[in-house]
Amino acid sequence: MSLFVHQLRAEQLVFWRSREAAIFIFIFPPLLFLLLGSVYGEGDIDGHPVTSYLVAGMLGYAVANTAFGGLAIQLVIRREYGILKRIRSTPLPPSLYLSCALVSNVLVYVLQAAVVVALGLTLYDAERPAATASLVAVLALGAVSFAGLGFGAAALIRSSDAVAAVVNVVVLPMSFLSGAFGSTEGYPSALQAVADVLPLTYFLDLTLAAYVDGQAPWDDPGAVGILAAWGAVGYLVAVRRFGWEPRER
Amino acid sequence: MSSAIAVHDLRKSYGTTDALRGITFDVERGEVFGLLGPNGAGKTTAVEILEGYRRRDGGTVEVLGFDPARSPRRFRERIGVVLQQSELWPMLTVREVHRLFAGYYPHPRDIDEVIDLVGLGEKRDARVKTLSGGQKRRLDLGIALVGDPELVFLDEPTTGFDPAARRAAWGMIRSLRELGKTVLLTTHYLDEAQQLADRVAVLRGGLILRLGSPSELTASTRAVIRFREAGVEQSIETDEPTRTLHELTGRALAQGLELDGLEVRRSSLEDVYLDLVGEEGDA
Repeated sequence: MSLFVHQLRAEQLVFWRSREAAIFIFIFPPLLFLLLGSVYGEGDIDGHPVTSYLVAGMLGYAVANTAFGGLAIQLVIRREYGILKRIRSTPLPPSLYLSCALVSNVLVYVLQAAVVVALGLTLYDAERPAATASLVAVLALGAVSFAGLGFGAAALIRSSDAVAAVVNVVVLPMSFLSGAFGSTEGYPSALQAVADVLPLTYFLDLTLAAYVDGQAPWDDPGAVGILAAWGAVGYLVAVRRFGWEPRER
Repeated sequence: MSSAIAVHDLRKSYGTTDALRGITFDVERGEVFGLLGPNGAGKTTAVEILEGYRRRDGGTVEVLGFDPARSPRRFRERIGVVLQQSELWPMLTVREVHRLFAGYYPHPRDIDEVIDLVGLGEKRDARVKTLSGGQKRRLDLGIALVGDPELVFLDEPTTGFDPAARRAAWGMIRSLRELGKTVLLTTHYLDEAQQLADRVAVLRGGLILRLGSPSELTASTRAVIRFREAGVEQSIETDEPTRTLHELTGRALAQGLELDGLEVRRSSLEDVYLDLVGEEGDA
């Protein structure tokens, strides 16, 4: 356990010490929330302030950005720089290293979620979460599932130069299609069909249900199942394909 | 006590390329052993099999009594590794990186002592990204030593160093011997092998061409006497340098000549090495 704490502390130190990570991974979602809130923050939907929906959407964008994107970028860069290979020859168990990377990213996401909710409450009159425990459970399920996709992506992406671009090409369109930045009701049916298979769509459904309507995740087992299945696919790809040695150097 | 490393008929192929075609050697405890050879000779493949990174295709390997292919945690607690190429977190300081790695081992050395040992005392609180190439290699060595390993692998530890940095690195590697460490070193620099290694295996094309101490490898060769006569470089190879030299100087004295640039020397390891590996010009 103490080794876990030792490693987790190091992961946190590395994350917060690195300006790029802190800005692009941590600051960007709350920043985007501030922008969206100041532009679209007026009005109600179904009797709830629109900013409640914006908060829920940004929790979805942040889970893709941080638990998936941040983790994939971090792992690929460390692999290509030889850091993972170097760690592999120490007594640190590989499973412990990877679980610390996972938990560290989830911690960053939890903090990010707290910041977004706090900004919504204080600046934009968003409601408090209708079912806090359900919301926390949904966020945890989402973080672990998207981290699985992050591990899977890290196993498939070869180059440290390309990884940030690849991640953004996935995260931004997915967030847009799934409705993280606003309702998808006016989208053409082809785009809605794409959205129907994306994990973020179901994460957002669950988050909105908990945040606005006060529903528990088990009220929508289908969404939970699809989200978890995506995560499982990610972990499965990682188990089969993840490597510790640089591929391109 | 058994050897630190015992390798017998080790084989490894990548696709149709045979990287190692059956090599056999032992490394005694406390010994500094050099794997010397040109690029592509199989040095890194051999070391990475011993470190537990690669699986062998044939032969037997025992490192500190373990099969490195299984690479159990108890094995990794007792080795230190300097890879040919690797980087560390650029935003951490020298001290933070040492502290991080020290935490992985059951009986780490004092981190400030290690930092001083590898000559980074003044860079203790500097971030990794501000270090020069040579300082980064010393950091690699520091974190390889911080777990107080019995056996240290150094894969081309001075490649790309300027002469002063190389000399400093040699001093550090000698201090490993004084600490009682077993060292397996790969290099394509002959002088490095000659300076540091108790024994050397000369590797080419996945085979060991010669194995012995640097003096054994050069002992069987003839002495060479060189001088200039009337401005022309002369050299005589001989098995009897005393007699040949006596005759040469006797003749010169009788004729009242001075032999400019007179020297007698054994072939260096370099001559032997070039004889061994140079013929096909793949060095």
